[in-house]
Amino acid sequence: MTAVDERPEAEIGKARRRKEDAHLITGRTRWTDNLSVPGMLHLAMLRSPMAHATITSIDPTDARSRPGVVAVFTGADFKDVQGNVPCAWPVTPDMVNPGAPSLAVDQVNFAGECVAVVVARSKAEAQDALEGIDIEYEPLPPVLDMDQAVKDGATLVHPNTESNRSYTWVFESGAAGTGAPIDDALRDAEVTVSRRFVQQRLIPAFMEPRAVMVEPSGEGVTVWSATQIPHILRVMLALTLGLPEHKVRVIAPDVGGGFGGKIPVTPEEIISVLVARRLNKPVKYTESRSESLMAAHHGRDQLQDITITATRDGTVTGLDVHLLADMGAYLRLVGPGVPILGAFMYNAIYKIPAYRFVCEGIFTTKTPTDAYRGAGRPEATFAIERIMDELAVELGMDPMELRRKNWIKHEEFPFTTVAGLTYDSGNYEAATDKALELIGWNDLRAEQQERRDSNDPVQLGLGISTFTEMCGLAPSRVLGSLSYGAGGWEHAAIRMLPTGKVEVVTGASPHGQGHETAFAQIVADKLGVAFEDVELIHGDTASSHKGLDTYGSRSLAVGGIAIVNAADKVIEKARKIAAHLLEANEADLEFSGGKFRVAGSPGSEVGIADAALAVFAAHNLPDGVEPSIDAEATYDPENFSFPHGTHLCAVEIDTETGMTKIRKYVCVDDVGTPINPLIIEGQVHGGLAQGIAQALFEEAVYDDAGNLTTGTFVDYTLPSAADLPSFTTERTETPSTTNPLGVKGVGEAGTIASTPAVVNAIVDALRPFGVNDIRMPATPERVWRAIHGGGKHRAAGGTTAYGGASTSTSDGDGGDLQ
Amino acid sequence: MTKINVKVDGVSYADEVEPRTLLVHYLREQLGKVGTVVGCDTSNCGACTVDLDGRSVKSCTVLAVQADGGEVTTIEGLAGPDGELDPVQQAFHENHALQCGFCTPGMIMAVRDLLRENPNPSEDEIREGIEGNLCRCTGYQNIVRAAQAAAGVKS
Repeated sequence: MTAVDERPEAEIGKARRRKEDAHLITGRTRWTDNLSVPGMLHLAMLRSPMAHATITSIDPTDARSRPGVVAVFTGADFKDVQGNVPCAWPVTPDMVNPGAPSLAVDQVNFAGECVAVVVARSKAEAQDALEGIDIEYEPLPPVLDMDQAVKDGATLVHPNTESNRSYTWVFESGAAGTGAPIDDALRDAEVTVSRRFVQQRLIPAFMEPRAVMVEPSGEGVTVWSATQIPHILRVMLALTLGLPEHKVRVIAPDVGGGFGGKIPVTPEEIISVLVARRLNKPVKYTESRSESLMAAHHGRDQLQDITITATRDGTVTGLDVHLLADMGAYLRLVGPGVPILGAFMYNAIYKIPAYRFVCEGIFTTKTPTDAYRGAGRPEATFAIERIMDELAVELGMDPMELRRKNWIKHEEFPFTTVAGLTYDSGNYEAATDKALELIGWNDLRAEQQERRDSNDPVQLGLGISTFTEMCGLAPSRVLGSLSYGAGGWEHAAIRMLPTGKVEVVTGASPHGQGHETAFAQIVADKLGVAFEDVELIHGDTASSHKGLDTYGSRSLAVGGIAIVNAADKVIEKARKIAAHLLEANEADLEFSGGKFRVAGSPGSEVGIADAALAVFAAHNLPDGVEPSIDAEATYDPENFSFPHGTHLCAVEIDTETGMTKIRKYVCVDDVGTPINPLIIEGQVHGGLAQGIAQALFEEAVYDDAGNLTTGTFVDYTLPSAADLPSFTTERTETPSTTNPLGVKGVGEAGTIASTPAVVNAIVDALRPFGVNDIRMPATPERVWRAIHGGGKHRAAGGTTAYGGASTSTSDGDGGDLQ
Repeated sequence: MTKINVKVDGVSYADEVEPRTLLVHYLREQLGKVGTVVGCDTSNCGACTVDLDGRSVKSCTVLAVQADGGEVTTIEGLAGPDGELDPVQQAFHENHALQCGFCTPGMIMAVRDLLRENPNPSEDEIREGIEGNLCRCTGYQNIVRAAQAAAGVKS
């Protein structure tokens, strides 16, 4: 027998150090910008400095004569062939999509839009030549405020549309048959609380700027791109540019983070393909950070009008949600669907009898929006968890007691919600009890009271977020019902090599998550081979030909199950070989630890590696059996996965400076059965950092001319190590019942849960000052103004994020807390 | 063009550079040392951090001509000839201090410099010490752990 048959312990559940690390910690990396091919030229993009303008003339003559410049192209050169940057999610049949040119032709609609491209021998020469392009604009009024944009007579972003409203998407539980009519709940309410929350615009800010390299070849191209979606990009390039799909190869080499920011097909990718094909030369384009911040898509940016109704005893009776969601200037790949994903999550973990969700997608002259970590679900979770706290105050109830009274009890699963989803499993009580104990909730409450009583200049606030989310995107039939342009399955293949080593092919496309490690652990256990003997192949449409890539916390919960199913097929194929070699009936064979044995006859056995070698030699196979035990599987999930958890945050606020310090952050997440606890913990840490950053640090701000004023890392303030605390992260384990591993997604949980925990803590600290809301990010200035402005202010009023125009609040008090 | 002599990861180079060439562009484009990366254009992210004459510098903030006569160590020069990792590299692996890995070269160089200056830093000192290097994946917690672990090895 071979050594691989001697594996003693289970890999699943083990904190394996990552296979991915070796080349990353030694600098032997293949980021797209590190690559080159012979004869490669470099591109530089000329970008619009205007938010909204018609292009009256472009003269590239001077640029073309600059040293090293090979060519300069403008929109006029490609307007007949460039098509539109694709949007795959027409959320309603009448959604207005005015089209999105990769290179602007007649008009620019956001500052940063590409208007010309220089091709040169070196990157420096290409960039130097940009100033040689003479371009004239006729300014149009910018459209920055969504409230204003939907009014009659508003300036239109796009001349070929009738309004700035792209779509209105409606769900109502009475009409859908999933609950009671919302109008009845609103009419009969004993208690009603309404708020407008502002989901400020964020920037994904992956650390590796986007880059793309294209090598033309005959009818086709090979494209290397810093993308999350090599497979979808291949299909979209074929459809958009009319290229034969089998002549398009897309490779995602090392990709440095995404967080949704590398999901869409980008104008820069399309321009690079067009230029490479026009010149028949390889080209590479790598954006600068400033370009990335202004032109790679943004996230969030919603105005949320939320009304919750309840009885006096604290039973929630209805939830009414009305969103204005900023699409920016154009609809990107899944941009319209991002806020719609939230539609299923506003009801969260609660039993709410009546529910309405209305979302209007609005065009503005700002950078397009699309998915950012959580994509619709952080916004939903923020709104419900914030309004639950406000309802608790209105009712005079403890906010946790209000939640306990309304959440789904563990014995009530599976539970079909008012939004129509069936949550398979969960235990909110267990996660909450553990979190309360870990943070020392009662002691902190006592300390809070002491600080209040003594008028301590440093006040303490406690915030709760009891969240769930839907991830593992996605059951294809559900995506179909939402008019999404593709399915939600994932593909895997397993190749058994003659020496007993294993190649696993996945259609998931990692960019930092740890697929190579976690998937190897799964395969090692399934096939009984060594962890080290499993190699993952991914991110190249030539070698991993089929897939739907990585986003929406789907790689493990969908891609991992495809691998399990492929492994099961390998085992069944090997079983035939083993039965033949053992001269036994297939039905009598047991498979465990990588070995087939005849039940009750421990002496004779055939390992899976023996079967692999037997089919390689193919000298002695059963009649009619093909010489292969390789297998592939495509898995379409029957349901989403529903991780949940309880996040608790204690903040100290210096009331004299407005400075907020996170004193303690505790979360207990339930992501089902853990495959690799180390990777889970890392995903939660990173998710928390991004969610906390929304609460405290980050905001994409535009001036009243529509210029992004947070266009560098000087102004768009990602948290540093010194800005964040150490988190206490624990888990409960309630396995998913809808997949054979019992796993749930973990990639987005921390981001989805943490923002309201922090903001609830801040508002909790400030309630004695009459404050009942605070705009994000809760900068020291905003906190200080909230304290000193007292209760007459509503923090949603007035915001520079909308071009300096005052976004009115529902009670019209005009408070200006920025 | 200006002539410079510089030693990078143990190898001596004599090259002509434009006076405006940044050290990071010299490393990446002329020497092919692409292990050192560019993450921003305002010297905020620290992804391009290297050692220059025994001190960590953001190589996007140093001109190649300023390295003339100097000695540069990049992420590619840390591991021994037999592949033995630097203790900070090893600690990053052991403590899952990286996810996508793009900030990692700069982060490892920054942690090494921090530990040179302060061999036994507190958690707060580590967090302050690496605040010039941004990471979007890890939330920094495991980077702090890695720095603590490496400090233990070195001290």
